[in-house]
Amino acid sequence: MTATHLFQAEQLVAGYDHKTVIHGIDLVIPSNKISVIIGANGCGKSTLLKTLARLIKPISGQVTVDGKPISKIPPKKLARIIGMLPQSPIVPEGISVADLVGRGRFPHQSMFSGWSKKDYEAVAEAMEIMNITEFANHDIDELSGGQRQRVWIAMALAQQTDILFLDEPTTFLDITYQVEILDLLTDLNRKHGTTIMMVLHDINLSARYADHIFAMHEGKLVAEGTPSEVITSTMVKDIFGLNCTVIQDPLCGSPMVVPRGRHHAIR
Amino acid sequence: MRNDTIAFIMSGRRQRRRRWVLVTCSLALLAVLLCCAMLLLGNTIYPVKEIVRALFGEQVKGVSFAVNTIRLPRMLAGLFSGMAFGMAGIVFQTMLRNPLANPNIIGITSGSSAAAVFCITILHSTNAVVSVASVVAGLITVLIMYLLSRGRSFSIGRLILIGIGMQAMLDAVVSYLILISAQQDIPTALRWLTGSLNGSQMKELPPLLITVIVLAPILIALSKHLSLLELGEQSASSLGLNTDKTRIVLIVSAVAMVAIATATTGPIAFVSFLAGPIATRLVGAGHSNVVPAGLVGANLVLGADLIGQFLFEVRYPVGIITGLLGAPYLIFLLIQMNRKGEL
Amino acid sequence: MNNFSDISEQKLISSVPKNFKRVLFVCLALLVLCAIASLVLGSRVVRLQELLDGLFHPDAESYGANIVRKRVARTVFALCCGAALGVSGSLMQSVTRNPIADPSILGVNTGASVFVVSGIAFLNISAAHQYIWLALIGAAITAVFVFGIGSMGRGGATPIKLVLAGAATSAALSSVVSAILIPRSYVMDQFRFWQVGSVGSGSWSVVLTLAPFLVIGVVTAILTAPALNALALGDDVATGMGVRTGVLRLISALAGVILCGAVTALAGPIGFIGLLATHVMRLVLGPDLRVVIPMSALSGAIILTISDILGRLLGSPGELEVGVVTAFVGAPLLIFLAIRSKVRSL
Repeated sequence: MTATHLFQAEQLVAGYDHKTVIHGIDLVIPSNKISVIIGANGCGKSTLLKTLARLIKPISGQVTVDGKPISKIPPKKLARIIGMLPQSPIVPEGISVADLVGRGRFPHQSMFSGWSKKDYEAVAEAMEIMNITEFANHDIDELSGGQRQRVWIAMALAQQTDILFLDEPTTFLDITYQVEILDLLTDLNRKHGTTIMMVLHDINLSARYADHIFAMHEGKLVAEGTPSEVITSTMVKDIFGLNCTVIQDPLCGSPMVVPRGRHHAIR
Repeated sequence: MRNDTIAFIMSGRRQRRRRWVLVTCSLALLAVLLCCAMLLLGNTIYPVKEIVRALFGEQVKGVSFAVNTIRLPRMLAGLFSGMAFGMAGIVFQTMLRNPLANPNIIGITSGSSAAAVFCITILHSTNAVVSVASVVAGLITVLIMYLLSRGRSFSIGRLILIGIGMQAMLDAVVSYLILISAQQDIPTALRWLTGSLNGSQMKELPPLLITVIVLAPILIALSKHLSLLELGEQSASSLGLNTDKTRIVLIVSAVAMVAIATATTGPIAFVSFLAGPIATRLVGAGHSNVVPAGLVGANLVLGADLIGQFLFEVRYPVGIITGLLGAPYLIFLLIQMNRKGEL
Repeated sequence: MNNFSDISEQKLISSVPKNFKRVLFVCLALLVLCAIASLVLGSRVVRLQELLDGLFHPDAESYGANIVRKRVARTVFALCCGAALGVSGSLMQSVTRNPIADPSILGVNTGASVFVVSGIAFLNISAAHQYIWLALIGAAITAVFVFGIGSMGRGGATPIKLVLAGAATSAALSSVVSAILIPRSYVMDQFRFWQVGSVGSGSWSVVLTLAPFLVIGVVTAILTAPALNALALGDDVATGMGVRTGVLRLISALAGVILCGAVTALAGPIGFIGLLATHVMRLVLGPDLRVVIPMSALSGAIILTISDILGRLLGSPGELEVGVVTAFVGAPLLIFLAIRSKVRSL
């Protein structure tokens, strides 16, 4: 089981050059749970995630781990606590899958060291979890989009962090692969207790897989809680501007959004 | 199960490692052979024994002069400038994730070259001043390129276009300087327009040798960091890399290498562009390819110089041979990239 | 040819820009000023009397008058070269639908160089009218080659692909040029000054050699301008308007190559004039090629003449070849265009 951390943001204001995107957010990421940030395009979901993962420096406010601001923690040490999978990672040409996953071991290695036994174990474990061992010695170019995404997640797993951030890990994937990736992440959370925080586009998949949901609207946190607490027709109308009916997912009872267009009167 | 996986990963890595070691050693061996050839071949072919004696400081009539004043400096200039071009080239190519983004094409070489020509032909500066000026000019070129290409969002295409524009201007400066300087002789012109090892002198070499000996280990030590930068800004920093600091160290070291090499031998065409892709093709991607790229660079320069000196009736400077070899490869690469839709 | 001019009837772009007359007047005034300046200025500045003597009194014998007579031919040559390069640039930009096309950037100049050098070296050619044909062939082959590589793959010929293809081809060809030159110092001497680009060799016979090419090129350009306007909207739209895009491209590109090839043969590779001339006119007059093409002849002539004067003044007592000056003025424009353009259009 991974360690439990108190990860929180206080009065977080962040953005790019001259544009503030996040306007004062306070939150605590629930430990050992899967949390999902939802919201309309451009509401600052990605920016929030990047700021939490210290890829963007906040304009004001701070992000702390166990009470310590992340800007004060040495980058390598921090990289052993939090990992991040960016939205569109760059694929280097011709590199083998095992070597790529192995790059996730950087924060655990010194400058000249080769792979230690621990490194091999971490890489093997990550690849087993993501079910990609058979591709270990293939070139990354040979894999399909869904397989590549699993490789990227495996790289983040090899980093062996207690907290994992993922920025839309399912975009560009077919629905089958979306479900597969989310299942694998759930396995990871249930087996190892890894805290997962991700941005997802699909509100229904979010409702099904999340333990905890953060709803954002125009750079602010407008609601948080379990899916059934947060996802209501009023909330969906407020943050997405969409008229809908929320029903119970027939499979697992989580809330499910059924959009209502102008042409479909309520029966 | 876990142990099987580990064994599987290990065997793959070991195989790739073996290839790396094998190729790198062969490249090193080839470089040594080419160096020997550089010492051995010339207008007169002296017996090996006499060459060795001359190298160790004994005065051997005729041999000492030919070997110690002509062939040895030429060989050292080729070896070290080749390594410098090759290593710096792959650093830029990896960092910017594009084989086209090398000091040659984005204008750094032209900047250093213009500064060196200015110092030599107009100011008649000493070697030390020339070296410093060319490094400073190279860094300024990079800085200008960076400031200009930053814009709304970074794009490699924009960087390359700006580089080509800068190059056009700087090359115009070089042409002008050569034209107005008293040294309108053809060897000088060729050296600064295409790069040449002709007339390399022992006293010009120390800056190049020192730079390569000091900076090469830094680039090698940072190759793990470089391989993270290749994954992109976000992945690299979430793996705990201080990307800004790493990038500055890498850029300054690589620019210094290219600049000093350019100030010594002139901008030998395409070596910094060719070395990286050739090395990667030979040893495979995903390793630290800085060392193989340096060796490929050295072999290219030495090999091309030998070809230029001895294969034809006339002696061609090394830059023309590398240009004739490199340009078709560049065109080939462009066709390939266009087909794949990478540009 | 009539097929093309039909398009203008369809009023693709509304009538002549409002400021056209003003711009035309300013350009003509500038042209006259430049011409006079080109006669007067140089390593020796002539006096008014000498200028008048040189121009109007063929019998007047003074050193200054003789200089003026020499400068007349040079100035006319510079004006013609500038006009040809300006039109050539706007044609290439229209044909490739690409804002940074220019004979020098596309490597066409170097292509012409290779053929000229081979002519000097292997065929013992030394007369201008002989290597003009070689230059034309070289320019045409290179243009086809560069455009062929640049337009492969997705998105057709984007600026970045074309520029890189041009730069690579240029680099390859200049190595060939050097390889031919090095063993032949006599060719080198003849070639070295040609290579930087200069209108200093201008004489009446050179102007006469250039004239037919200039006329053919410019007339073709003006005739195809309305159809090129349609092409600017995309191949599909142009086809829909009844333009045979393939034929149009071929004819316009040929005209562009004739213009720049002839200039390159006679004056050496002079870069960036086409880029500068066309963009200045586009900026002032808008995108209508029926106006931009003839006007870029004027602006090209002005820019080249100014560059030539600058080169004479800066390089005094010798002179700085005009090719060096234009690279200095033109490259910043290329950089500016690269900065301004959106990433996607690269």
